[in-house]
Amino acid sequence: MSARNRELLGLLPASLLIVAGFGAVFLQEQARLGNLSLTYGAVFLGLCFVAHLIIRVRLPDADPYLLPIVAVLVSVGLVVIYRLNETLARDQAQWFVIGLIAFAATIILLRDYRVLERYRYLIAAASLALLLLPRIPGIGQQANGAYLGISLGPVSFQPAEFAKIGIIIFLASYLRDTRALLVSRKYFGITLPRLKHIGPLLLVWGLAMLMLVFIRDLGSSLMFFGGFLAMLYVATDRLIFPVVGFGLFGVGAWFFATTVGHVGDRISAWQHPFDPKLYEQIGGSYQIAQSLFAQADGGLWGQGFGQALISVGDSPILPAAQTDLIYAVIVNELGLIGGIALLLVYVMLIERGFRIAVLARDSFSKLLATGLTTVVALQVFVIVGGVTKVIPLTGVTLPFVSYGGSSIVANFVIVALLLLISDRARREARR
Amino acid sequence: MNKPIIRVFAVLLVLFGLLAYFTTRWTVIDRAALQDNPQNKRELLAQQRIARGSILAASGTVLARSIRRSDGTYARRYPENGLFAQAVGYSFLNPGTAGLERFYNGQLIGRSAGLEGTLRKLQGKRQQGNDLDTSLDPQSQRIALDQLAGRAGAVVALDPRNGRVRVMASIPSYDPNVLRSAKETAILNSAAGAPLLNRTTAGLYPPGSTFKVVTAAAALDSGLYEPSSTVSGDNGISISGVPLNNDGGQSFGQIDLTTALTQSVNTVWAQVGERVGKRRMGRYMERFGFGSPVPVDLPANERLASGAYCSPDGKRELVVATNSCVDIGRTAIGQDKLLATPLQMAMVASAVANRGVLMRPAIATRTVDPEGRTAYENTPQQFSRVMSAATAEKLTAMMMKVVQEGTGTAAALNGIEVAGKTGTAERDVINNITQPWFIAFAPASNPQVAIAVTIEKTVGGFGGTEAAPIARAVMESLLR
Repeated sequence: MSARNRELLGLLPASLLIVAGFGAVFLQEQARLGNLSLTYGAVFLGLCFVAHLIIRVRLPDADPYLLPIVAVLVSVGLVVIYRLNETLARDQAQWFVIGLIAFAATIILLRDYRVLERYRYLIAAASLALLLLPRIPGIGQQANGAYLGISLGPVSFQPAEFAKIGIIIFLASYLRDTRALLVSRKYFGITLPRLKHIGPLLLVWGLAMLMLVFIRDLGSSLMFFGGFLAMLYVATDRLIFPVVGFGLFGVGAWFFATTVGHVGDRISAWQHPFDPKLYEQIGGSYQIAQSLFAQADGGLWGQGFGQALISVGDSPILPAAQTDLIYAVIVNELGLIGGIALLLVYVMLIERGFRIAVLARDSFSKLLATGLTTVVALQVFVIVGGVTKVIPLTGVTLPFVSYGGSSIVANFVIVALLLLISDRARREARR
Repeated sequence: MNKPIIRVFAVLLVLFGLLAYFTTRWTVIDRAALQDNPQNKRELLAQQRIARGSILAASGTVLARSIRRSDGTYARRYPENGLFAQAVGYSFLNPGTAGLERFYNGQLIGRSAGLEGTLRKLQGKRQQGNDLDTSLDPQSQRIALDQLAGRAGAVVALDPRNGRVRVMASIPSYDPNVLRSAKETAILNSAAGAPLLNRTTAGLYPPGSTFKVVTAAAALDSGLYEPSSTVSGDNGISISGVPLNNDGGQSFGQIDLTTALTQSVNTVWAQVGERVGKRRMGRYMERFGFGSPVPVDLPANERLASGAYCSPDGKRELVVATNSCVDIGRTAIGQDKLLATPLQMAMVASAVANRGVLMRPAIATRTVDPEGRTAYENTPQQFSRVMSAATAEKLTAMMMKVVQEGTGTAAALNGIEVAGKTGTAERDVINNITQPWFIAFAPASNPQVAIAVTIEKTVGGFGGTEAAPIARAVMESLLR
């Protein structure tokens, strides 16, 4: 079977999932099963089919599994958000369509994605500007102490979601050029690059620290910096870089945790979620404690779709259930089994991403695919890790699943880029 | 470059393994602990959506019921207000649950485990609570509360044949309906006299001379004494090296045990206690229920254990009778380090009444599901055989004398024979503050009621004058 036919077939399970998911929610809420869920399933399948046709025409050799995997994640997200709030689900469905448009535009406009290298400094500067936008008075928004969103009239979005793509493109291009120089000198058997080469790397570290201070978000900076270190390691094949990098990050994080109140609060809430004082405090440990309670109620098999207790009357029990805590909702309703299944879908997605990186022929493509995949993987780790108390909870979205327009659009652009790299790599490999 | 790419993938796999492990931790490994966390109100919140079962008195009077609110949730109401406040308890989102509401929560919300629950879910049936039937008697409870007349104290009455609790009165009391408001809850929590405390099961008091019934049971049942055995009742006999006084400093000379119980002679029973010895006293106390939290169907945190409480390192703790800190002679007359709950003392009367067999006290009789079927039957259970039937018979005769001609004549009922024992614990000798007690059962030949009454503080009051009339009124109501 050709790659494209496999992709088409792969979209069927995602559509069935959305039919079954909506069906379950309808049953729970209205105690009757209309044919509306079939309609939703058909519309969803139709949209995925359009995406498939675009890939069929423009990227015939691209990886056949990426789109179906993403479709599964999006359908899980839509069903869970619908179950939480119908209006939000309608918004999310619109963002899904906009995400598909961005996806199509990326594929159609970027016939040869390597032109991005030409604009790397422009892209880097734009990304930096995007990152700092939320701190501009008037348009910046603060949520839970972190500056992640901006609002322009009726539209609000999280520029960091787009900035991460730009920074990865810049780093992939920059590291492709300097990777040889970074490992050119050795002292006592240890690789030490020249200062002028390591300068930009220290700059990136400084940037991550700056994000801690300005955006005040530990999760995002961990995500950026982790992606950067993965690319640096792949570029140089020297373990010393990520080890020193994480050391530096740890020192910086420790410094800010002890000096910046907001970061410190998050960490103590993480360490002692049930401390009564932190629990009562605004922005304290209430959210993480509720997340753990919700997961405990889920148990092995979960309470069933649409069964989770989200609010009583008008008072919410799970704050930010549709964004930060969506994984806790999923574990509550589908249990450990559902949570692990979702994690496995992400592992499949990541595996496809790294496979693309391995197959790619040139360094820029390899680094770009590695960077994009690592950042998506780390984003999953940061938010699921936050919700499950592996690390302090910070407000990033669960890719493709959480409610949030910027997130879904940006992640579709990432998938489009991975498909572009994949198409080129597999075509060259076939030749 | 492919090797490092695969290594990065491997590191990420490890991180995802960590996520899977932590999810397992919260959903399976630490599940019970998280669900029991006091900050976890999820279950209570979920229960707001369930029509909780009613709690009913023996007569069918509704003590607690749920009303539907406009937003589809349910709220608890207590139509009899504070009548059985501490026994019934409360169930609200904020203060949480207490009393029967807490102990029988699973039944009241109709939680069905296993296959049945799954089947019900599949059928799409809404979870509905079971009603809880109790043996509580509202009329007699009202009399008990009236008789206490606002004085801090407790009245608890049982049916000695099966342990069913008929009266469970504790003053000061409260109206559970006000706990809906957080402000009122805070006021009640810090209110003087601790109205939320169930004094019948969690009030620990020196039992005074009512404990002589336990000593007498041990003395007779062990074969060391007969009711006719004589012991010196002189004042000032040395017990554990310190002279012990009788009430009013009275000397009785050589008297038999029946007379010693009738007149509540301290020196006689202290000597008997010393002769019976710590080991034997301890064994009989244990059979009566001392030494472990009073066994009744209420939450563990509302039940305390009666017995000797010593504080060797500043912290008061329950010790066995053989402990070196126990002065067994003074313990035998209900003094020294001995503390008991009113329900424990009602159990003492109950064991004698039921021919030596102590039934486990129980408030609930059964639960009934919405279709009217019995969901759970709380069948009477024997707690222990405390003494032989013959011993119980002898002791009954002695206790009848107390009411006929001794310290407990105020408990006598017209045409019904009452067996009882008074007690007057000294709480503050200088200001003459006493704690009167009375334990009893009736009719003596065919007991249907066993009772314990205590008033925390009176100025110079005696068990026979303050507590016995209350017991009499409540028993009269229960036997009517």
